[in-house]
Amino acid sequence: MHWPFCLAKCPYCDFNSHVRETIPQERFASALRKELAHDAARTGRRPLRSIFFGGGTPSLMDPETVAALIEDASRYFDAEPDLEITLEANPTSVERAKLASFREAGVNRISLGIQSLDDASLRFLGREHSASQAIAALETARSLFARVSFDLIYARPGQSLSEWSGELDRALSLASDHLSLYQLTIEQGTKFEALYRQGRFHLPDDEQAARLYERTADIAGRHGLLPYEISNYARPGAESRHNLTYWRYQDYIGIGPGAHGRLTIGDDLLAIRRHRAPEPWAGRVEQGGCGSTEEIPLSAEERGREALLMGLRLTEGISCAAFRTRTSREIGECLDPRILDAALEEGYLTFDRERLIATREGRLRLEALLSALVL
Amino acid sequence: MYRAMTATPLSQIRNFSIIAHIDHGKSTLADRLIQSCGALTAREMKDQILDNMELEQERGITIKAQTVRLTYPAKDGKTYILNLMDTPGHVDFAYEVSRSLAACEGSILVVDASQGVEAQTLANVYQAIDANHEIVPVLNKVDLPAADVERVRAQIEEVVGIPADDAVEVSAKTGLNIEGVLEALVTRLPPPEGNAEAPLQALLVDSWYDPYLGVIILVRIKEGTLRRGDKIRMMQAGSTYHVDQVGVFLPKMTPVDSLGPGEMGYINAAIKTVADVAVGDTVTLDRTPAAQPLAGFKPSIPVVWCGLFPIDADDFEKLRDSLGKLRLNDASFHFEAETSAALGFGFRCGFLGLLHLEIIQERLSREFNLDLIATAPSVVYKMHMTDGTQEDLHNPADMPDLAKIEKIEEPWIKATILVQDEYLGSVLTLCSERRGIQMDLTYVGNRAMAVYRLPLNEVVFDFYDRLKSLTRGYASFDYQMDGYEESDLVRISILVNQEPVDALAFVAHRTVAETRGRAICSKLKDLIPRQLFKIAIQASIGSRIIARETLGALSKDVTAKCYGGDISRKRKLLEKQKEGKKRMRQFGKVEIPQSAFLAALKMD
Repeated sequence: MHWPFCLAKCPYCDFNSHVRETIPQERFASALRKELAHDAARTGRRPLRSIFFGGGTPSLMDPETVAALIEDASRYFDAEPDLEITLEANPTSVERAKLASFREAGVNRISLGIQSLDDASLRFLGREHSASQAIAALETARSLFARVSFDLIYARPGQSLSEWSGELDRALSLASDHLSLYQLTIEQGTKFEALYRQGRFHLPDDEQAARLYERTADIAGRHGLLPYEISNYARPGAESRHNLTYWRYQDYIGIGPGAHGRLTIGDDLLAIRRHRAPEPWAGRVEQGGCGSTEEIPLSAEERGREALLMGLRLTEGISCAAFRTRTSREIGECLDPRILDAALEEGYLTFDRERLIATREGRLRLEALLSALVL
Repeated sequence: MYRAMTATPLSQIRNFSIIAHIDHGKSTLADRLIQSCGALTAREMKDQILDNMELEQERGITIKAQTVRLTYPAKDGKTYILNLMDTPGHVDFAYEVSRSLAACEGSILVVDASQGVEAQTLANVYQAIDANHEIVPVLNKVDLPAADVERVRAQIEEVVGIPADDAVEVSAKTGLNIEGVLEALVTRLPPPEGNAEAPLQALLVDSWYDPYLGVIILVRIKEGTLRRGDKIRMMQAGSTYHVDQVGVFLPKMTPVDSLGPGEMGYINAAIKTVADVAVGDTVTLDRTPAAQPLAGFKPSIPVVWCGLFPIDADDFEKLRDSLGKLRLNDASFHFEAETSAALGFGFRCGFLGLLHLEIIQERLSREFNLDLIATAPSVVYKMHMTDGTQEDLHNPADMPDLAKIEKIEEPWIKATILVQDEYLGSVLTLCSERRGIQMDLTYVGNRAMAVYRLPLNEVVFDFYDRLKSLTRGYASFDYQMDGYEESDLVRISILVNQEPVDALAFVAHRTVAETRGRAICSKLKDLIPRQLFKIAIQASIGSRIIARETLGALSKDVTAKCYGGDISRKRKLLEKQKEGKKRMRQFGKVEIPQSAFLAALKMD
């Protein structure tokens, strides 16, 4: 469920987010519910493993809307007993005050956009909260929810290994069982892109970024959090089930402006994309029940590529059997044999009858690996 | 309207050329001569009208010979016909120069009165002396404060070895004493000889392509008479043509009924391309041919070769068209299609010399808007094979197996370098580093003239640039071909992950092979972006590795975040990268962007 509104646009963020003077809560609440009902009618009853409220800033939603959407989904689908319902929240005091009502609404996992525990860095990142507000929000969240995760952005301009180690150590002492640790990247169309191009700040070079990445994994590991994906760390069993669905290339419905879905309908696996702009999306939903701008059946080759792109981000890699079922292809058919051999020899990949796995060395160079490896 | 030429007596014709170093004022002097003979009105006068190619004007050099017929009423009361033959000023066009000189009986030697004699001037003046020319020294720019007439006069006598006490002192720029030059031409140069009734012998001096008229050829009549409507025969090529038009340059093309002995003019005869006619050939009449062609004909042969590749592969056909169009006007360069694993489709091109190469390259980029990359220039090696056959090699990539080669010969040049005393030491060091053998070293005032024999192969390898930087641009350099000699040459291959990069292969003397191989490997190491796998960059002679660099694998390349569920974006990015790989060259398990090789070649 994509809630597309934010109080302010962060300079690094290229997600589909929009700032409005007043948010038309009711209109968007009913449009989200209508689009969900529309897709549920197409799929029929299927098992439901997770719901994720992302954005944008979904903690700006009315808790009643969240509650209604959870109720609807539970009615349309067969919810698994341990259904995971995550909501992304910003650690401002206003949103912190709403956390209890989100729990009332049925949310059972909170993901906080903390980004940094350093006030100067928070200002650089254009965040609306301070480090102490972040810690307070985290404490509240932990007192209310059994499962709490938060995001940090590292490999920031000028960040040294020891500074980051200290910040991460503190973060881990506050963490429960899940963390998303992203290196700062410059995305197209963001304010950071313009500043970076003007040379207003510099990023760590690849070697420094690699050292920071490795140090991150070491420190998280010492606290018992293991990397299960490029940027995600969890105590075994506490992985985000929702995100695993993306990476394992299983079906998901995306509701809301700019949301994406992968949905099996009959023999087709559809790539679904909703209109990005909030109001036109809502207009489409109000008229025809859904805001899709694209519903394209994916070829076997495209499915193979997508499964590889996502699956190799995971520490567990890709299950050969699941790959075959999902794509109607063998993994081997989708790979350049020369690059596969070289990557196996170099220790970037392991490959047996069961799984194809990118090793830590392989994951560190995944973009280059994928672009050479995947046919 | 055809102008009936009043048959000018031979005694009232003078044919001359002008020899000068770049910037010494040749074109300005020519302009003044034309102007003072009234060939053009002031309004028609455009500075340096003889250099009419854009590039010629800009670089101040003459690429194609031009000619103009002047009418001069001399002090002796007679009116003379003065034919000015402008000659290319560079050794690359030495053969064209020699043919132009063969069309005249005398030369004006223009020397800048402040700069003095330069190496290039020397080579041309010696050619004029070889052509039995009477030489009139002219000291130009005598009005400048820096002019040192006496010193330069002495220099001409010492260095060139011709008397200079009656040198004409002028300022072409201000028009000072142009009359003196014209009088010297009339009184000091011999008139041409020839018999109007003899079988036609006309020297083919130049040819060029005119978009309206087709090929125009420039001739100097030695014997006999050429008329409009004649059927002519090229004595070397054997081809025949009907003469549609004969004419002279005033300097505008002006048709005449006939050209007699001693005259210069043009022929338009429906010739399709300049490749059909060769400079130096003898034009005669088909019906009453001369018994013998004029002496000294030789076809022009490229001495420097390189590969030209379009940076954008889609420009290949455009490059082919453009080379064809240039060849319409310049038969002296050659091209054939070539495929390189590293650079794609292009052409192997042969040139008369390095300047010729540079000019063609520049015209391709300027007139045809082509973005090109050139491989390192190669000279032509003579390969004597063990089976007794002989082959010419002009592409190092084509070098046969060493076991099949009995011996290799390389071309040598005789180079003349004039340089200020303070830079002489570094110039001598450069020459000996390049396997040069000193033939002569003389001082003229504060300048030295060094004559060296050098392998041409060492000169095409950044010699000019080094010379320029060592002497802050003050050295003047010229050379002429000086035969072939056996040499201990090896082909150095550059290998990327054990696979040869054809475009980077080169031939060098064994003694410098390792140093150059190492330099290229280290340059490539800096230019190739780090890849997924480590890359071995090696230089080898046959199977022996002489230099090696290892480029480590890239240390990190992964996007931290995956846009919530937007897999399409990542897939499309991947698919786009696959498209982009058309610009990549596969070397085993790594793909290297063509741009890295282009950059490596550009730095040479």
